[in-house]
Amino acid sequence: MKLPAYFSTPVARYFRRSEIADEMADELHSHIELRADDLERSGLDRAMAERRARVEFGARERYVEESLEALGGNFFDTLVRDVRLAVRVLRKSPGFLIAAVFTLALAIGANAVVFGIMDGLILRPLQVPQVERLLGTHYGDGSGFQAYPNYRDLRDHNHSFEDVAAFNMVFVGLDTGNDPAAATGFSATGNYFDVLRIHPYLGRFFHPSDERGPNSAPYLVLTYAYWHSRFQDDRGVIGRVVQLDKHPYTIIGVAPPGFQGTILFVAPDFFMPIVNQEQVSPEGSLTSRGSIHSIFDTFGRLKPGVTPAQATDDVNAIGASLAKTYPREVSHTATTLLRPGLTAFTDPARAFVGGLMLLSGLILLAACANLGSLFAAHAADRSREVALRLALGSSRRRILRQLLTEALLISLAGGALGLMASFALLRKLSTWQPFAGAPLHIPVSPDAKLYIVAVALAVVSGLLFGIVPVRQVMRANPYEIVRAGSSPRFGRRMTLRDVLLVVQIAICAVLVTSSMVAVRGLVRSLKSNFGFEPRNTMLLGANLGMAGYEADRVLPTQKRLIDAMKSIPGVEQVGLVNNYPPLVYTAAFRANVFKDDTRDMSNANAAAAPYKYEVSPGYFEAAGTHLLTGRTFAWHDDKDAPPVAVANAEFARKMFGSVAGAVGKFCRRQNGVRLQIVGVVEDGKYLGLTDDHEPAIFLPTPQAPLNNGYLVVLSRRDPEELAAAMRSKAHDVDSGLPVDVRSWTSMLSVVLFPGRMATAALGVLGLMGAILSITGIFGMAAYSVSKRMRELGIRMALGAKRTEVLKAALGRAVRLLTVGSAAGLILGIMASRLLVYIVYQATSRDPIVLAGVVLAMSLLGLLATWIPAQRALSVNPVILLREE
Amino acid sequence: MSDQAQLLPGTLDLLILKAVSLGPLHGYGVLLRIAQITGQALLIEQGALYPALFRLVRQGLLQAEWGTSENNRRAKFYELTTAGRKRFMEETESWNRISSAMTAALAAQAEEV
Repeated sequence: MKLPAYFSTPVARYFRRSEIADEMADELHSHIELRADDLERSGLDRAMAERRARVEFGARERYVEESLEALGGNFFDTLVRDVRLAVRVLRKSPGFLIAAVFTLALAIGANAVVFGIMDGLILRPLQVPQVERLLGTHYGDGSGFQAYPNYRDLRDHNHSFEDVAAFNMVFVGLDTGNDPAAATGFSATGNYFDVLRIHPYLGRFFHPSDERGPNSAPYLVLTYAYWHSRFQDDRGVIGRVVQLDKHPYTIIGVAPPGFQGTILFVAPDFFMPIVNQEQVSPEGSLTSRGSIHSIFDTFGRLKPGVTPAQATDDVNAIGASLAKTYPREVSHTATTLLRPGLTAFTDPARAFVGGLMLLSGLILLAACANLGSLFAAHAADRSREVALRLALGSSRRRILRQLLTEALLISLAGGALGLMASFALLRKLSTWQPFAGAPLHIPVSPDAKLYIVAVALAVVSGLLFGIVPVRQVMRANPYEIVRAGSSPRFGRRMTLRDVLLVVQIAICAVLVTSSMVAVRGLVRSLKSNFGFEPRNTMLLGANLGMAGYEADRVLPTQKRLIDAMKSIPGVEQVGLVNNYPPLVYTAAFRANVFKDDTRDMSNANAAAAPYKYEVSPGYFEAAGTHLLTGRTFAWHDDKDAPPVAVANAEFARKMFGSVAGAVGKFCRRQNGVRLQIVGVVEDGKYLGLTDDHEPAIFLPTPQAPLNNGYLVVLSRRDPEELAAAMRSKAHDVDSGLPVDVRSWTSMLSVVLFPGRMATAALGVLGLMGAILSITGIFGMAAYSVSKRMRELGIRMALGAKRTEVLKAALGRAVRLLTVGSAAGLILGIMASRLLVYIVYQATSRDPIVLAGVVLAMSLLGLLATWIPAQRALSVNPVILLREE
Repeated sequence: MSDQAQLLPGTLDLLILKAVSLGPLHGYGVLLRIAQITGQALLIEQGALYPALFRLVRQGLLQAEWGTSENNRRAKFYELTTAGRKRFMEETESWNRISSAMTAALAAQAEEV
């Protein structure tokens, strides 16, 4: 009987006992000894005397509390004592503790990850000074500023910007001395770094003074990451000459760490002056006003006092006047200026992150509802303890503070766990390269903001569910509870818990419904007809420009490559397509096509703007694109033969009224060249999976050679073996040519990426929702069974059947589950309409989805109520009634 | 025990000061002294003494020191500080005033009004 047990728990030993508390314990102990001495003298034996002394002393715990308070125990002391007690209480109910912490970790983790993604994509734009003053046109906005001459007019004639810069992406072979490797760069205007206001890490940047006409500035600025990985942080790299597509370039500088160009999800290797762009990118003409491939985005720094709206009007006015001055080349549609970083993906990225936030918010809500009912049940189980403490003189304030401390403790533990998980996940995401070989990355880097958000979420949700049981405590009448035992009456507090549970099940059902809709949509889009057959097809990307091939040497080399591939045993068909095959890298080119009798080739007179592909003989056969009528190309369709084209069915219908009537007809290109349609192939998907009967036109490569393209190889051989054979054959043709061999299916991953991401996110969130509702229903069912054990015992003793017992024990849980699921299903179907924008062919009017949701929710219910049901059925009335 | 009276609020502090003013005492000793000087007339739960003691220490009216009790047990002894002695005088005076006023008031007869 040394110290009060309160001070001797292992947990208390863990916290260093304060001297004051020690001394107080000593003093009270001394008091009891002195009193016992007196009692002993009056004739009691020692043990009896000590016992009596302790009884006379009264409620020791309360007096210790009050004494500490009287001493003005500081906030921290009180907190430590509260925390100690909370830890002791929580250790007594590990099931509750684990369920609560896990639930919260799940919710906080999900929200922290989503916040991290939002932070990376939307909140934290480029790491440059005063980024909010940067605005510009973006890829594919139709404003006309993807042509270099138009950009120059914008730069020189606007009244809104201090200066306007522009950049494009280039894909080159970079050779530091007999080690050519593909590299991605930005070709940027001379003022690029000046407009961004950043300074080099090493050496210097290029500036407008370096630009002295076409190909006048063969300089390279490396990104810090590329300098690190390819040049091993060699500071002597400045001044070194490397080969870019066989052209010599001098490295002049290294960009600062963390600067990865002006597209958030692309990490380039280097920057080069745009005046040298034509050397490495034949598409990137600096003279054509009609080009849409010479510039990716433009951006400028607003003059002080100029608003974004004024700048937008200014830019559109310049675009409109250019379109008026050069009607044949320039077309302009009004654009909205955006901050650089997300370019054309600004809106989809915002929508995606917004959707994710909504869903993870729902998860948090469901988790809070879950925790609220967990806490309410926990508090109800402790009502007797609370009543006893109240009866023994503890104040309600003290008990409430205790409950809140427990809630906060749980939320902080859950928050910490969730935060750790989300950090791990975000770090993985930031190093994740979704597409091998493409310089894409997800720009997330967890930082201090994430801590703050996670802790704030944890504390807020802790307080939210912590106050659920407060009313219970405030209303608790100690005399009633102590006298009657735990109350068998289900009062109003059960109603609150019921509502929480229904809400939570509904949220879960929404998530399950949306994830099923997304998965079904994805599966269906994978099975849809692409207009080609990606299975069993390998692609070999060969940019002959990287090996220095020009003009006349391109076509023969490509033919040699095709023949080399054909010589591989097991290869059935081989063809070539310039630039990119359909559905690869969401890159497709369109061309204006005119009726045969049109003479004024201005944009406004174009009869159609089909996707344009240049393909070699054998391409349709290798790609598995079915010919509907006429013929495909042959090698004799060359420069000396009349220009021909193959149309797809949609183009044939649009231009000539029917598929059969198109063959032999003529149309014109913008440059006036007359094309004769020699065949019609089936429709397909070109730019993206959402393409719906888009017109397309195919030209023979011998009439439009380009040094950059993909070989399409059809073979039923093992892909690994085939890829190795293809690489070695290409090496035989030119050992200095970097090639890129991949299956067409794997290249589709880019177009499938948004849908896959959405589906994966929804799947994970749906799974979380499912776990949460299992714990919720389980908690509710287990609680109601344990509360009604006596009643169930009596029922069984009176001869109730098993089904009746089950109905009595679980009827409520099942009813709540049904109501919640039905509500969630309806909401989920409504919410799924939004999904159509992300996941192609997602539809909620799908019997399989409906059946799947009902099945999933029933399974969840069955799973969650199984153990409580077993417990209800195993009630032994005799033992139970005797115990009570 | 039924003839013991409940303590008036606020009087415990004064009683403790009085008890200690007669010489240094440990907590249990304070209780015994109060019982003695009140003729066992007041009921104080033993534990309730300590919050009051600590409060007085914190107010600087009492000071405490560990020592040895008459039957050789370690105990903490309390005595008045200068401030405590001053406060004790003031409190005693104000109690006397209130109590004589109360006594006079309660003794008043109808004709005296």
